[in-house]
Amino acid sequence: MEMPAPDKGVIARRAAIAEELRAIVPGEGVIVDEDELRPYESDGLTAYRTLPLIVCLPETVEQVAAVMRYCKAHGIKIVPRGAGTSLSGGSLPLADGIILGLGKFNRILEVDYDNRCARVQPGVTNLAITTAVQADGFYYAPDPSSQIACSIGGNVAENSGGVHCLKYGLTTNNLLGIELVTMDGEILRIGGKHLDSAGYDLLGLLTGSEGLLGVVTEVTVRLLPKPSSARALLVGFPTSEAAGDCVAGIIADGIIPGGMEMMDRPAIKAAEAFVQAGYPLDVEALLIVELDGPEAEVDHLIERVRAIAEEKGAVSVRVSESEEERARFWAGRKAAFPAIGRISPDYYCMDGTIPRGQLPLVLRRMRELSEHHGLGVANVFHAGDGNLHPLIMYDANKPGELERAEEFGGDILKLCVEVGGVLTGEHGVGVEKRDLMGTMFNADDLAQQQRVKCAFDPDGLLNPGKVFPILHRCAELGRMHIHRGQLPFPDLPRF
Amino acid sequence: MTQALKPETPAQLLDAIAWANSDRKPLELVGTGTKRGLGRPMQTAFTLDLSAFTGISLHEPAELVLSAGAATPMAEVEAALEAAGQELAFEPPDFSALLRVPGMGTLGGVLAANLSGPRRIKQGAARDHFLGFEAVSGRGQAFKSGGRVVKNVTGYDLCKLMAGSWGTLGAMHGVTVKVLPRGAKTRTVLLFDVDAAAGIAALTDGLNSPCEVSGAAWLPASVAARSGVDMVAREGAPVAALRVEGFGPSVEARCGMLRALLKDRGATEELHSHRSHAFWREVRDVAPFAGADDDRIVWRISVPPTEAARVIAATAGIKGAEAYCDWGGGLIWLAVDAPRTGADGLVRDAVATTGSGWAQLFRGGDALRAAIPVFQPEPAPVAALTRRIKDGFDPNRVLNPGRMNEGV
Ligand SMILES: Cc1cc2nc3c(=O)[nH]c(=O)nc-3n(C[C@H](O)[C@H](O)[C@H](O)COP(=O)(O)OP(=O)(O)OC[C@H]3O[C@@H](n4cnc5c(N)ncnc54)[C@H](O)[C@@H]3O)c2cc1C
Repeated sequence: MEMPAPDKGVIARRAAIAEELRAIVPGEGVIVDEDELRPYESDGLTAYRTLPLIVCLPETVEQVAAVMRYCKAHGIKIVPRGAGTSLSGGSLPLADGIILGLGKFNRILEVDYDNRCARVQPGVTNLAITTAVQADGFYYAPDPSSQIACSIGGNVAENSGGVHCLKYGLTTNNLLGIELVTMDGEILRIGGKHLDSAGYDLLGLLTGSEGLLGVVTEVTVRLLPKPSSARALLVGFPTSEAAGDCVAGIIADGIIPGGMEMMDRPAIKAAEAFVQAGYPLDVEALLIVELDGPEAEVDHLIERVRAIAEEKGAVSVRVSESEEERARFWAGRKAAFPAIGRISPDYYCMDGTIPRGQLPLVLRRMRELSEHHGLGVANVFHAGDGNLHPLIMYDANKPGELERAEEFGGDILKLCVEVGGVLTGEHGVGVEKRDLMGTMFNADDLAQQQRVKCAFDPDGLLNPGKVFPILHRCAELGRMHIHRGQLPFPDLPRF
Repeated sequence: MTQALKPETPAQLLDAIAWANSDRKPLELVGTGTKRGLGRPMQTAFTLDLSAFTGISLHEPAELVLSAGAATPMAEVEAALEAAGQELAFEPPDFSALLRVPGMGTLGGVLAANLSGPRRIKQGAARDHFLGFEAVSGRGQAFKSGGRVVKNVTGYDLCKLMAGSWGTLGAMHGVTVKVLPRGAKTRTVLLFDVDAAAGIAALTDGLNSPCEVSGAAWLPASVAARSGVDMVAREGAPVAALRVEGFGPSVEARCGMLRALLKDRGATEELHSHRSHAFWREVRDVAPFAGADDDRIVWRISVPPTEAARVIAATAGIKGAEAYCDWGGGLIWLAVDAPRTGADGLVRDAVATTGSGWAQLFRGGDALRAAIPVFQPEPAPVAALTRRIKDGFDPNRVLNPGRMNEGV
C-alpha cells in the first residue's frame, strides 16, 4: 500500500511542532514518546502500521480549531481518530501527520426526549448512548458489532451500520446535526434538532466522508423508543439458494425484519464450536430472522415467517420463546469474528454489498477463489440488504499469506462490483479499498468527488492517502476543458 | 424568448451542457415544470428540457430497488410500485393543487427538491431513499455516484448532496431509489379540542411510545373544519392525529395502545382505512391552503418539535395567519396574507428564536420570491462552503443559477 511520500521537512521539525502544539493543548495532550505513540500505530486493520509524527488529544472545540489553523498554516497533515476500530485503515497514521484523537470528547451533553434526540461529543461510544437512555425506554438504532468500543464520531465518519440497518437505517439516517471544525479552523453547526436542510445537505455529505472533510466535534443523534418486544427465528437450509429464496420471500410478503442475518457452513461450524449456541451443524446456510415491535405484530409475523421458511425448504426452524433463547440465537452470530479468530491465526474481514439475488453465484465463485488462493473463507451476511462479510483465514507468520489474503479479498470485492454491487457496505474505503475505487468509478466520477474535497480542504491536509487512489491537486481539478463554442445538435427538437 | 434544448440521450445532454458551459449560457433545468414556482425565479435564455429521460429500467421488489429515468413521471413510478405492493416510503407529496400545476412532476424532481410527506418522521426523507444517480455536471462532465444496492458507503455520498440541491449541481438523467413494502392497513387516532401546545404534547406521547407512529399532525379548528374527512371537520375543534400502519393485528393493537395512552388528554376517535388515507393526503399535500380562492403566501418551516407551538404563536398576529403542523411539530405549514413582503422578518425571527431550524418561502409570486430569500439564509462560513461546492460542480453557473441563493 503506497501512501503519500512523507514530508521530510515536517518530520525534521517534529520537536518544534510538538512545542507549538503544547501551547494550544496544554498538559498531557501532546504525545511524542515512542512508547506512547505505539498504541496509535494502527486501527482495526492491523496489517498496516505506521508511527504517527505526534498524537494530539485536545479537550475543547476551540483547541481543535486552533490545532487545525496551526496545521493549515504550516502545511501539516492531520488524521482524525476516534476509537481506532476502523476495518479499512481509515485512521491509519501518517509518518508526517498528526493523529488528532477525539477520545477526550467523551461526554453526553444533553438528552432531549421530547425532541427524541441526544447531543453527544464524538468520543462517546456508540453503546454508551443507548446505555444512557435505555432506562427511559429509548435507544440509538445503528449498532455496529464494535459498539462497545467504536466512537460516535467514527460512526459518523464511516456511516456505520449494524445488524438492524435494513429496518432502521445506517448512521446517516439517524443523525440530526453535527458540529464540524473545518481545515480552516472554522467551527460550523450543521443541522440541529429540526429535520432536513435549508441548503445543501452538508450533514449527509459529511456522514461517511471518512475524516477527509472536517473534524466532527459534536453529534446530535436521533433517539427511538425501544420496540416493546422482539423474537427471533433460527432457520437452517440445505442450500444457500434456499436461504436466499427465503429472504426474498419474507420481503415479498411485505415484512422488513428488525434483523436478518445469514451464515454459511464454515461460519456456523466455527461459531458453534466457540459459543455452543445450539446451531444445527448439518445445514449449508443458517438464517437468523428477528422481528421486533408490539407483541401482537411480532407474534403474527413469526408465524408468517415460519410458514415462508418451511415453504422454501427449511430443514430446521426454531422460534425463540424467551429473551435468553433469543440472545442465544444471536450469540453465535455476534461471536462469528472471534470464532474465526480461534480456528485461524489471522482473518481478514471483507465488506462488499451485492444484489441479494446474486448470492448463490457469488458464493460459488468465492469457493473457487478460495481454492485458487489456497485460503479458507467463512461468510456472515447481512442478508436483508445484501451486505457480505467474507472472513478470509490466513496466517500472517507464513510468508506470502497476507498478500494472498489481500489478493483474495480484492478478487471478492471486484466480484461484488461485477455482479452489480459495491466495494463497501459499511466499513468504508480507507486505505484498504482505495486502489479498487476504479472498479466502481471512472476518472470523471472520482474527479467530481475530489472537487468536493477541494471545497473543504484544498491543500489536502486532512487524512490524505485515504479513499482516493490518485490525489489530484485542486488547481488541476478546477481547470476547465473548454468545449466547442456552438449550439449542439441543431436538428434537435427545440420549442 | 426562452429557447428549449431537449436532449434525447445522455450523450446529447453532455453536449448541451458542455456548450452552455463554454458559452456561459445559463440553463433552467425542467422535467415537467411542476416545481418552477418553487425556489427563486430565474431568467435564463435557455431551458434544458429533461423530459426525454423517462422509463423504469429496473424494478426488483425483493431487492427493494427501482431505477428509472430521472424524468419518469411520479404517477408512473407510483403505479408500478403499487402493483408490486410497494411504495416510496418517504411519502412524496403532491403539490399540484397548492401550486396550481398539472401534476406531481417527476421522480428526479422530487429527489432534487428532497420533498417528503408525513411518514418522514418514521421512514426518513427522500434523501434517505436515494441510492444512486447518473448526471452531467455544469462542467459538462458525466459523473455518477451510489449504486443499485440498499447499503453502500463507497466514496462520498453525493446522493445526499444532490437531494435538495434543486438542480444547481448536476442534471440527473438516471436515478435509483429504495422502495419498501406498503403497509397493509392504516388507522389514525384523533384527539380533539387540544390547542397547539397540548396537541403537540399529545403527538410527543405517541411518537415516544413504542407504537411506531408513522404520521403525527396537529390542525387548528379552522383548518380541521375545512377537511374533506367528515369526522375531522364536524367537531369544529382543533385536532391532534396519530397514524399507525402495517399488518392488521399490529395496527389494531397499536391503535388501542395509543388511545389508552391519550385517554387522560381527552376524547379520542379512530379513522379507518379510507378516511385515514384521505386525511393524511390532505396533510401531505397542504390541502388546507390549496383551495381555489386561497392565494395566501405559504411558508414551510422546520423547527424542533417542542418549539412549534411557540413559532405558531409568534406568527399568529400576521394578517390572515393560519398554521398547522406535521412531523410531530417538526414541520409547520404557515399561510399568511402578505403578498408583498411575505412577513418574512416576523417569520424568520420566530424561527431564529428556536435556535435550530429554517423557513422556506414555499408559495409566493415571482416578485416576492425574487425580493426576499426563499431558502433560509446561511451563516457566512456555510454560505462560503456552499459556493465552493457549487464551484466544484458548476463553476460558470450554468445549472439553475440563483435558484437557491444568489450567486449559487
Ligand atoms: C470487531 C469489529 C466489528 C465491527 N463491526 C462493524 C459493524 O458491524 N458495522 C460497521 O459499520 N462497522 C463495524 N466495524 C468497523 C468500525 O467499528 C466502524 O467503522 C466505526 O465507526 C469506527 O469508529 P472509531 O471510533 O473506531 O473510528 P476510527 O477507527 O478511529 O476512525 C474511523 C474513521 O473516521 C475518522 N474519524 C474518527 N473520528 C472522527 C471525527 N470525530 N471527525 C472526523 N473524522 C473522524 C477517522 O479519520 C477514520 O477515517 C467493526 C470493527 C471491529 C473492529
